[in-house]
Amino acid sequence: MKRLSTLLAVAAVTLSASAAAAQERLKIGLITTLSGPPAALGQQQRNGLQLAIKSLGGKLGGREVDLIVQDDELKPDVAVSKVKAFVERDKVDFVVGPVFSNILVAIMKPATDGGAFLVSPNAGTSNFAGKDCNANFFVTSYQNDQNHEVLGKYAQDKGMKKVFIMAPNYQAGKDSLSGFKRYFKGEVVDEVYVPLNQLDYSAELARIAAAQPEAVFVFLPGGMGVNFVKQFRQAGLADKVTFLSAFTVDESTLPAQQDAALGFFGGANWAPNLDNPQNKAFVAAYEKEYGHVPGSYAFQAYDAGQLIDAALKATGGKTDDKNALRAALMKADFKSLRGAFRFNTNHYPIQDFYLVKVAKRPDGKYQTEIAQKVFENYSDPHVKDCKMK
Amino acid sequence: MPLLLFIALAVVPPLASMAGQAHVTGLFARGMIFALAALGLDLLVGYGALVSFGHAAFVGLGAYTVAILGAHGIHDAAVVVPVAVVAAAAFAAATGAISLRTRGVYFIMITLAFGQMAFFTASSLAPYGGDDGLTVSTRTTLFGYAPLGRDVALYYVIFAVLACAYGLMRFLVASRFGRVFRAAKENPVRVAALGFDVYRFQLAAYMVSGVVGALAGVLLANATEFVSPAYMSWRRSGELIIMVLLGGMGSLHGAIIGALAFLLLEEWLAGVTEHWKIIFGPLLVVVVLFARGGLVGIGAALARRWWRG
Amino acid sequence: MSTTLLIVQILNGLQLGVLLFLIAAGLTLVFGVMDFINLAHGVQYMLGAYLAVMFYGLTGSFVAALVLALLASLGCGLLLEFVVFRHLYDRDHLDQVIATFGIILFLNQGVKLVWGAAPLSLPIPEALSGSVVLMPGLLYPVWRIVIIASGLAAGLVLYGLVAHTRIGMLVRAGATNATMVSALGVDIRRLFMIVFGFGTMLAGFAGIMIAPILSVEPGMGDTILILAFVVIVIGGIGSIRGAFIAALLIGLVDTLGRSFAVDILRLFLAPSPARTVAPALASMLIYLLMAVVLFLRPSGLFPARGR
Repeated sequence: MKRLSTLLAVAAVTLSASAAAAQERLKIGLITTLSGPPAALGQQQRNGLQLAIKSLGGKLGGREVDLIVQDDELKPDVAVSKVKAFVERDKVDFVVGPVFSNILVAIMKPATDGGAFLVSPNAGTSNFAGKDCNANFFVTSYQNDQNHEVLGKYAQDKGMKKVFIMAPNYQAGKDSLSGFKRYFKGEVVDEVYVPLNQLDYSAELARIAAAQPEAVFVFLPGGMGVNFVKQFRQAGLADKVTFLSAFTVDESTLPAQQDAALGFFGGANWAPNLDNPQNKAFVAAYEKEYGHVPGSYAFQAYDAGQLIDAALKATGGKTDDKNALRAALMKADFKSLRGAFRFNTNHYPIQDFYLVKVAKRPDGKYQTEIAQKVFENYSDPHVKDCKMK
Repeated sequence: MPLLLFIALAVVPPLASMAGQAHVTGLFARGMIFALAALGLDLLVGYGALVSFGHAAFVGLGAYTVAILGAHGIHDAAVVVPVAVVAAAAFAAATGAISLRTRGVYFIMITLAFGQMAFFTASSLAPYGGDDGLTVSTRTTLFGYAPLGRDVALYYVIFAVLACAYGLMRFLVASRFGRVFRAAKENPVRVAALGFDVYRFQLAAYMVSGVVGALAGVLLANATEFVSPAYMSWRRSGELIIMVLLGGMGSLHGAIIGALAFLLLEEWLAGVTEHWKIIFGPLLVVVVLFARGGLVGIGAALARRWWRG
Repeated sequence: MSTTLLIVQILNGLQLGVLLFLIAAGLTLVFGVMDFINLAHGVQYMLGAYLAVMFYGLTGSFVAALVLALLASLGCGLLLEFVVFRHLYDRDHLDQVIATFGIILFLNQGVKLVWGAAPLSLPIPEALSGSVVLMPGLLYPVWRIVIIASGLAAGLVLYGLVAHTRIGMLVRAGATNATMVSALGVDIRRLFMIVFGFGTMLAGFAGIMIAPILSVEPGMGDTILILAFVVIVIGGIGSIRGAFIAALLIGLVDTLGRSFAVDILRLFLAPSPARTVAPALASMLIYLLMAVVLFLRPSGLFPARGR
């Protein structure tokens, strides 16, 4: 009896495999930033997506995958031309990417007008969550404001009185500080906008020292964060002022910040030590494959791969019925590394958010670790402006 | 050679669609837009020895005209193009009047300064997207019609503008104006001694060049349906200079070839390897060391050899 | 804006200034003496930082890393000079621009291939980490003081070399009229190599000294290159004195502008528009300064010769 069932199972697998082989290969275009200083983020995205495909046996939804990776060079017009090539030349069914919001705004129209589904594994601007929401656009990360709101809520709950806040002078920076202030009702002793990609923070550190706040909240992604964290520690402020941040201390910057960032706080929807079996397996596999600790960029790209896989499994690998595929994507029927989450009507996740803290692991590597849950099943406020139901 | 170039460009869309590679049309459209900007720059660099390192500002100015007017519901070329032209001419007149007092590297750096000022201004335009840029919802129309709706139509409009600009430049360079301007490159003192006001000739050329750049910007905004301060960054200005030099400066069609070669090489190499710059960089060095006069220079040398042999 | 804050900002401005001077000095000499536009000067600064990180990883000592990285960046510079640059000296400026731009692309990508795209860092030597109290209520990081001091020292050494040695005399003569120097029987190639190697080492030194403060990443030299060009153009090409003064000027204007622009604009504007306008204006400030200087003095503050 047992042998018979094994035989049947083998036959079923063979049959379904040959059915899948008859299907065309699934084409996915990944547009991400692989040049310039932020290349490390784009590489994590690429690694995460590749690892998802690999761990699913080289297939998504039973179909062999052609993954086409292109560098947007952080130039919007380059990104547009690459995405047009995805849609027109390669006839991709899914475009995955990008890292940065300004690229997302640029590629939305060419990607979705061309009939592909756009899955963003990082950038999630407020306009696409609200009035410009798009039926063929899904976000596996968050709405950009949310990670900043985590810190605002935390500072408020802690009863902090005086906070110094700072971000680069661009749209995401302004969204960041207004996100923080949405929940923090204490005194903002100073609100500083620095030029994008500023390297030296001596001027601002002097102001912080003079203002003597309880905490600082900063949003300084990439190299800016590396510089600021090191200089903050060197200025002797780390022992006096609580360091709250978003996208400033994470697995992409910690290898350079090292001890300087120890004990600093961030906000996130996930951390490498988040306790669930699928995440443990992911972190172990990622470190084995790529030799560094994965960050949220890698995790969200991995989830993007899983999302596509789950949706295609539901449609039997078919992509031509866009409505069926959209409904299947909407279900998000897979084991996300962050634990359970669901999509809101604007196709942004409803999920938990955590305060995370930088720690040194016993093996000498650095990572962020969950400190406490700040929001439960949190959805973004922009959804009310979105007409999709 | 220029004629062959334009014929080749004219048959790109039908060939591309026959080969089932429709996106190639878009690629060449992008190439021609940068060719247009490079063409304008070549007038300054190649014929006047005025290396402008802020030329991307004009492209951005044209692009932002489309986006800002579009945000207020004005999409018609009858308004957009004149506004872009006047804005670029005015910006060129103001910055050129100051920049042209300097020479050589000082001119390079002062044009960079104005380019950077334009860049930071665009970045601080919060109502128009700030650093994130702005989506262009509707392509430019002409008296209510939408001739640019299809990519192929847009391609031929870009082609026509490039061809007209090329014709205009040829005429300009050969005219009395052009002769004085070119002579001023070789020996400004002597030209001045002949009674010409060199400064005014150069300012006029600077304005023409800026207006051509702005037209490229109008087309770029239409092609990408998006504008961003990144269009004005100094890296973009640098790329425009490299395009002119790669093609071979002072020949006009060299700028077009340089721009197309730059973008097509980039596209092709980026498809080959993620680390394409490690090939592209030395390639530039090789072109300089072994091919004086850029790609056009190589072409001419090969043609001579073939003629003799 | 208290007095202590102002003093700290002035020190910070000085620190940026001497850093710019270390880079601009080589650039202006190479340009002035050899009439060679070397866009690759910025990647030599980057290379210095990367080499220091690498040698620190190997030796675990900052001093050893400093010495080895200096020698290695000198070696890299001379290698580049030998393979590429010496074929460009008698060429058009624009040929030099395109070739050295190619080198930038190559080295930025090469660094990424070798060391990865993620930013790296170099720790501050233990003895020089931490801060000192300069006056009551004024705490300042020791390492930044070290940078200021070593930059000023390098400036003095350079001044001594240029003003009081035979090589320096030839360099000054070369900046004024290279053809004449060559006609007088001086081995101009050797002079070029010395000047070039020295300039490279200064840029590498700047990269090493700043590595503990800034993140070491591909492309870190590009922005600083533009700033260095601003400095040498304001100072006047070929003039060490001009580069020194212009570097301090740019460092101070940029730092003070960034920190006080909001406060100054708040005198005229409401807080919210002041906050949005000020950073854009502060970023523009050095370019405005350059435009004004060149408007008044088209060849910079201390032109070495008519150009």
